[in-house]
Amino acid sequence: MSVDILKTTQLTKSFGETHAVDHVDVRVTAGEVLALIGSNGAGKTTLINLISGLIPPDSGRIEFQGAEITRASIHHKIELGIARSFQLVNLFDQLSVHDNVTLAIFSREGRTRRLFSLAAADTAVRDEAVAVLKQFGLDARAGAPAGGLSQGERKLLDVAVAYALRPKLLFLDEPTSGVSTREKAPIMDIITQVVRSGGITAVIVEHDMDVVFTYCPRIVAMHQGTILADGTPDQIRNHPQVTANLLGAQTA
Amino acid sequence: MTGPSRRVLAWSAPVLLALIALPFVVPPYQTVLLSYGLVFAIAALGFNLLLGYTGLLSFGHSAYFGMGAYAVAFIVKYLKLESMEAFLLGGILASGAVAALFGLLCVRYTKIFFGILTMALSQVLWSLAFKFFWVTGGSDGLRVPTPTLLGGLVRAGSDKFEFLSHRYYFYVLAVFVVCVAVMWVIVHSPFGQALQAIRDNETRAEFVGVQVWHYRWVAFLISGIFTGLAGALWVPLNGLTTPDILHWTFSGKMVFFTVLGGFQTFFGPIIGAIIFNYLETYAVGHTVYWQMVLGIVLVVLVLALPAGIVGTLRRLGLRAAKAA
Repeated sequence: MSVDILKTTQLTKSFGETHAVDHVDVRVTAGEVLALIGSNGAGKTTLINLISGLIPPDSGRIEFQGAEITRASIHHKIELGIARSFQLVNLFDQLSVHDNVTLAIFSREGRTRRLFSLAAADTAVRDEAVAVLKQFGLDARAGAPAGGLSQGERKLLDVAVAYALRPKLLFLDEPTSGVSTREKAPIMDIITQVVRSGGITAVIVEHDMDVVFTYCPRIVAMHQGTILADGTPDQIRNHPQVTANLLGAQTA
Repeated sequence: MTGPSRRVLAWSAPVLLALIALPFVVPPYQTVLLSYGLVFAIAALGFNLLLGYTGLLSFGHSAYFGMGAYAVAFIVKYLKLESMEAFLLGGILASGAVAALFGLLCVRYTKIFFGILTMALSQVLWSLAFKFFWVTGGSDGLRVPTPTLLGGLVRAGSDKFEFLSHRYYFYVLAVFVVCVAVMWVIVHSPFGQALQAIRDNETRAEFVGVQVWHYRWVAFLISGIFTGLAGALWVPLNGLTTPDILHWTFSGKMVFFTVLGGFQTFFGPIIGAIIFNYLETYAVGHTVYWQMVLGIVLVVLVLALPAGIVGTLRRLGLRAAKAA
């Protein structure tokens, strides 16, 4: 039986006169990989920002594993198992690739409060970080500063940092934006493989419909802050309003 | 022990031996001058925990240095104690209390707002030191006698200069070594890594579970305590605590130490503080335009060596290693 890991009820956020997210009801089933699509300004990133705690909603309700988390702090949401990556890659550029991941592990284990132990002496954390980097194909770049990575590598590291928190629900905001067409498939192969093998529920915001139709069995389409359609790739492809508002625009 | 720690130990051991041998080979005046440098280096270490590792530029660290120094003067005036250990404890507690309070107000802000707020708060203490002259001695300050060391085991005797240039120098050196070791561990701890993450990307730090304000506050507190400890150590060298050390221009000196040495390196602020102390002392001794000399140095530094002395040397070393 499928269980909802996330449920929003009438979730609303406005910026002035603009209804960025307008009474949105979404359910996410545990273990699924769901795509959130829509044109620019449709409200996809705002919806993720509301659920992850970056901005508070005006009204509505967010439930995670049956418990209300509408106004919970970012820190509490992370403790519960909600993590995210960012549309514009957000890394610790002066730290090494390895330390970007170790920090997430230390944080998850509640060890960032430790002042009087050397981080590099914690072999268990170091080894786990190397294992995570291997999963994302970044182990060869472990010692490099994160600021020196290519865009594709930065996108992967952004997801790896979130993954190192061992989330139950992972939001990926445009994981292939800004990378070449050639790099998109390898990046998505790695991400979906890691997510599925870890039993993580993933919500992927993506503009590239080839990526969405290839990697996501369920798609939610948004338009002007509301849910336009919700279904399988075939249902979305054949949805008249989605075709008119999104896919038509893409193929035009 | 980790690789970097082992490397640092390997080259710092001969430096430490040289520092121990110094009073036996240089005139006493030079040793006292270096004591000042080491004291400022402890303050710079504390200051750089905020600037270099947390990304917060304080223009108000004179407040904590001054609290450490005034705590010593008050201990002498009101408790009639002359023990250096009591002075250090008093300096730590007083600067820690003020840093804890000021930190609560400041760490919610960043960039120029943080800088201005820290400066404004330090100026409040500076004006209080003037206004409450019956407590603080006003602009005359408070005189502090030469302390006893190690619980009274080591005393000054009749030759104060000899005491300062030998016994007190070794005392300052020992505290300096402990401070460097403690700060090294802090900045290389998971906590230190979290501070650097906050410096690099505050939003992302929140999204890996780092509670940014809490960590900034703890960094502010530690930074204030190190600076206050330096203030307490400084008083016996100076013999007098005056409001000058609470003034924001003294905070500016700490910025200078750190920029001179390089705030993106651990040892930069230490080297910067020691060199600045010599630079200022000799500039004051040789010209009435000493402030202009320091100004020119600062301008040249910012334009030509933005990474500071240690930062530039490190870059050159890395470039040479790549070329080899």
